[in-house]
Amino acid sequence: MAPTPVNDLTPAGNLGPATALVCRECGHRRELGAFYACEECFGPLEIEYDFGGLTRADIESGPANIWRYRGLLPVPANVADTPNTEPGLTRLVRADNLAEALGLQRLWVKDDSGNPTHSFKDRVVAVALAAARELGFKVLACPSTGNLANAVAAAAARAGIRSAVFVPSNLEQQKIITTAVYGGTFVTVDGNYDDVNRLASEIAGEQEDWAFVNVNVRPYYAEGSKTLGYEIAEQLGWRLPDQIVVPVASGSQLTKIDKAFQELIKLGFVEDKPYRVFGAQAEGCGPVSAAFKAGHDVVRPVKPDTIAKSLAIGNPADGPYVLDVVRRTGGAVEDVTDAQVVDGIRLLARTEGIFGETAGGVTVSVLKKLIDDGRLDPSAETVIINSGDGLKTLDAVSPVVAPSANIAPSLAAFRAAGLA
Amino acid sequence: MSTVSVRIPTILRTYTGGESEVKAEGATLRAVIADLEASHTGIAARILDDNGKIRRFVNVYVGDEDVRFADGLDTATPAGAQVSIIPAVAGG
Ligand SMILES: Cc1ncc(COP(=O)(O)O)c(C=O)c1O
Ligand SMILES: [Zn+2]
Repeated sequence: MAPTPVNDLTPAGNLGPATALVCRECGHRRELGAFYACEECFGPLEIEYDFGGLTRADIESGPANIWRYRGLLPVPANVADTPNTEPGLTRLVRADNLAEALGLQRLWVKDDSGNPTHSFKDRVVAVALAAARELGFKVLACPSTGNLANAVAAAAARAGIRSAVFVPSNLEQQKIITTAVYGGTFVTVDGNYDDVNRLASEIAGEQEDWAFVNVNVRPYYAEGSKTLGYEIAEQLGWRLPDQIVVPVASGSQLTKIDKAFQELIKLGFVEDKPYRVFGAQAEGCGPVSAAFKAGHDVVRPVKPDTIAKSLAIGNPADGPYVLDVVRRTGGAVEDVTDAQVVDGIRLLARTEGIFGETAGGVTVSVLKKLIDDGRLDPSAETVIINSGDGLKTLDAVSPVVAPSANIAPSLAAFRAAGLA
Repeated sequence: MSTVSVRIPTILRTYTGGESEVKAEGATLRAVIADLEASHTGIAARILDDNGKIRRFVNVYVGDEDVRFADGLDTATPAGAQVSIIPAVAGG
């Protein structure tokens, strides 16, 4: 069958080391361009590369953001020269207090709330923007559970192009405001994320020069999450952790962290050693966890009902691949209740001074559950991802945290309150 | 006979002569897809796998309902219904 471009903007411009698009399901291969689903089987397309003679020194001499890994991404070599939000190289925090509270020997928190719009989504959007530019798109768009909305609106503002962002209307007020502030077209939709995603797919079929980062530019966009894996390895001194716990919505982030680790092994940048990948979901939207527990390799969609709105994707496109990764590496997918999500946020904040959003709460509480159940090795080096900022999900904790006291501005009042 | 309208995703428009929306007949999704195949040869094999099931990475909607939440290929398609075929990509 003749190639069917999704728009007439192909062929691609300069996409760096990327060489082709390959279907994950059936292996069908095609040239680089604005394609996102296999024309044979609808399977998702993955990017293939030729990394040439890239070395660790090339990376180490690069900028202090994700572009140090540009030789591993579908972006041009001069990507850092065009205006972008320069995400990445967030802190890898040695979390001894949390480790002690949970009975772990060595634990790190990859704190991606430190990105420009305070979630890991700045990584994927930066790569999507660079690729969209090369592919000739004019508008940066997305359906979003909230964080992606922030990242797309901000990146487009910085790049000086139009954005078009679609979110469920019941999103946290903080995420509405932190999207609207950047200007651009911003639409709230009366439906859940899966409804918004469907709408975006339909609009993408009509608006040929709109790059919906996670729909018609998804093969490029998703590669941005690899940088989490690269950074963790580099920050550990070019080593892989033994265990990692990653939040799961569509499942893209988890599969790309694994892809990053595999690439680093193949390039000889880290020692080839076993590691285990664990996925974290909320009970009110745990379709991948349910499939894992049932031993299925397909994921049955659910209607989400959880305070972890950033993870509320009921029909996760990469769910089957999450199952593949966790089973291959000897990990698991687990879920926790909304009350445990809140406990997880508070535990991370109290022990490490890191205020994560609900997705972070999901991850911390799943970590605890896996340790308590004996499924995570307490003596093995462990990394967890805090993928977003608690300031965007204040409603989760506002009922349960408060000042210690309210007093008059006098020493007597301070003494009387018994706070000394 | 009930006539429905079917929204065609970009990657299937080669089968419909570039049309993004076509009419089809059938009281169930299964019958609608069979009718689509009759007028646009080859399209059914893109939507259904070798066992005749909806492919893993295709979402099909009748109206607002994902047919995986309804009766799958046996989902009723009343006259005037809007059927949408959409590649499964999500992540937000
Ligand atoms: C804060 C946060 N963490 C994790 C995720 C999950 O990412 P993915 O869809 O790649 O599984 C999201 C995404 O929607 C998010 O906003
Ligand atoms: Zn395929």
